[in-house]
Amino acid sequence: MSLPDSNGFFGEFGGIYVGETLMSPLNEVKTAAEQAFQDESFWNGYRSLLKDYVGRPSPTYFAKRLSEFAGANIYLKREDLNHTGAHKVNNTVGQALLAKRMGKNVLIAETGAGQHGVATATVAALFGLQCKVFMGKEDIRRQQPNVVRMKLLGAEVVSVDSGTGTLKDAMNEALRYWSSVTADTFYVVGTVAGPHPYPWLVREFQKIIGEEARRQMLEQTGKLPDGVVAAVGGGSNAMGIFYAFLNDETVELIGVEAAGKGIATGKHAASLNGGRLGVLHGTKSMLLQNEHGQIHEAYSISAGLDYPGIGPEHAYLHKTKRARYETITDNEAVAAFQTLCKYEGIIPALESSHALAQTLKDAAKPVFKENRLNYLVCLSGRGDKDIQHICDYLNI
Amino acid sequence: MSHLSDTFQRIRGEHSAALIGYLTAGDPDAETSYRIIDAACCAGLDVLELGIPFSDPTADGPVIQRASKRAIENGMTLTKGLEIVQRLRQKHSLPVIIFSYYNPILSMGTDVFIQKALAAGADGVLAVDLPSENADEITAFVPNGSAFHFIRLVAPTTDVQRRKIILSKADGFVYVVSRHGVTGSGSIDWSALAKDLKAMRQETATPLAVGFGVSTANDVQNVAEIADGVIIGSAFQKLVEENPQSAAENVAALIRDFRQHLKR
Repeated sequence: MSLPDSNGFFGEFGGIYVGETLMSPLNEVKTAAEQAFQDESFWNGYRSLLKDYVGRPSPTYFAKRLSEFAGANIYLKREDLNHTGAHKVNNTVGQALLAKRMGKNVLIAETGAGQHGVATATVAALFGLQCKVFMGKEDIRRQQPNVVRMKLLGAEVVSVDSGTGTLKDAMNEALRYWSSVTADTFYVVGTVAGPHPYPWLVREFQKIIGEEARRQMLEQTGKLPDGVVAAVGGGSNAMGIFYAFLNDETVELIGVEAAGKGIATGKHAASLNGGRLGVLHGTKSMLLQNEHGQIHEAYSISAGLDYPGIGPEHAYLHKTKRARYETITDNEAVAAFQTLCKYEGIIPALESSHALAQTLKDAAKPVFKENRLNYLVCLSGRGDKDIQHICDYLNI
Repeated sequence: MSHLSDTFQRIRGEHSAALIGYLTAGDPDAETSYRIIDAACCAGLDVLELGIPFSDPTADGPVIQRASKRAIENGMTLTKGLEIVQRLRQKHSLPVIIFSYYNPILSMGTDVFIQKALAAGADGVLAVDLPSENADEITAFVPNGSAFHFIRLVAPTTDVQRRKIILSKADGFVYVVSRHGVTGSGSIDWSALAKDLKAMRQETATPLAVGFGVSTANDVQNVAEIADGVIIGSAFQKLVEENPQSAAENVAALIRDFRQHLKR
């Protein structure tokens, strides 16, 4: 059975949990998406922009020196080479096309690190739409270069200082704002979370990552990879690369959550490994929360993984054990970041560095030494945005 | 008949609308909040909506957001909120609706929540982010024969077909959201609202109560003329924020004022 079901559930996870004001607008998005997906010209428009504007297909690159270092064959799916520097743009191109088809002329978005905000501002400029990006006050301070990018692209950046002034508060505010202006405004959700239809919609726009990579692996190695590894915050790059492999039972899917300063410290963003079932931002999934059901702040050195929830389809893949979810600390991620820089001349995003770190860890297990495995790693973005952060962290 | 239904019927017989008051439990702290709620009940609230704060109140405007934050910081929880209901019950008989988001309830365990809420003497629940379609996630745990209402909402964005389905399942009263956006002050299109309410009357006999942006005596009068209940939240919570120590008297005074405008 293909998931989600008609109510937006992946098993017990997902669904629609929002105030009544947003129910009909969400249904409108769902109906429009169902119609668009039946229309070949919609997909032609999407594919043509991804090819000529974003630069797809992105390469799958055999990282030879890194592989020698690691003791496994590591293939990198180079989403970092996309226009705007990450996988996020695959989704915003799709949602902007949908918004235009629905006759909406304003895009709104939430953003944490600013990558999704930049990707939304980019497509708004491309299509001549207005754009308003909600961003936590604290994140605006930490991510100045992306704030400047959004402004250059013509977007209005709305500072959110409710709550703790980070991603979850930005999403709260975007939902509140949307409920006052649903008639002409399309909410571009940045990850495979939020109320139905978003987890499905975003996956459909990101699954191109896995479809390309699966074909590229077959072309280059003549077989499917043994493992597919991706970092998971909300989980869009991971769902994007996992989806094409879901029915390939020999392929292990490995999602990597941010352990921050360590799960035991409470300063982490590992919703599956350290959370409980709950409802936040319109979806039922695993959440970081206290015993009274109040949401905890997430923490990670990587702002893109710093979210207290996770997409419902990941919660489902975790529960059904189709995917394995591991955790990587700040220190481990930074070490992997440095390794990739030195061995391959590629500066990865800190998010993607979590996936690399887990791959290096798996490859080092004695059982894998005899049987050299092929790993496909989603290099979801480039690390330019993280340079200052890394400098501070390493005292360079 | 339930306690809540009796209340609406009695007030309807008096050619009046019910005054329904929302107050955030635990703002600014548990004890002060109890005094404010007690004073509000004494001043003549017909129905109390006791707000259980949630860390991420996506349907609320700035006033209730800040109230929720203060209450959580000072230790308010769903368990403690239900203790407030129990304490109120020693003195007041008005219907009490637990008003929250779904996560604190889910976190407690919905079955445990229903047991505790019934034992404390609550009359129902309104979970803002649990849509009508998913009501059975709560109602399935209500024991047969006990009157515990699941309050459903209708918004200006609710299309006619969906509204019919919601109204066919209406229970206790229908919370009619007056306008787009979140809770707190904002302008209401009275003629559109009156038209909607008139249409809804054809679709349900359940009392209709209007909330969101109802903040002045004039608003109260306008709502009373077209609906069975007037819901006030942010206007009360604003008084708590401005001066917590005299909020009990100030909220009570505002309720007495509003009560002058409930007749139709």
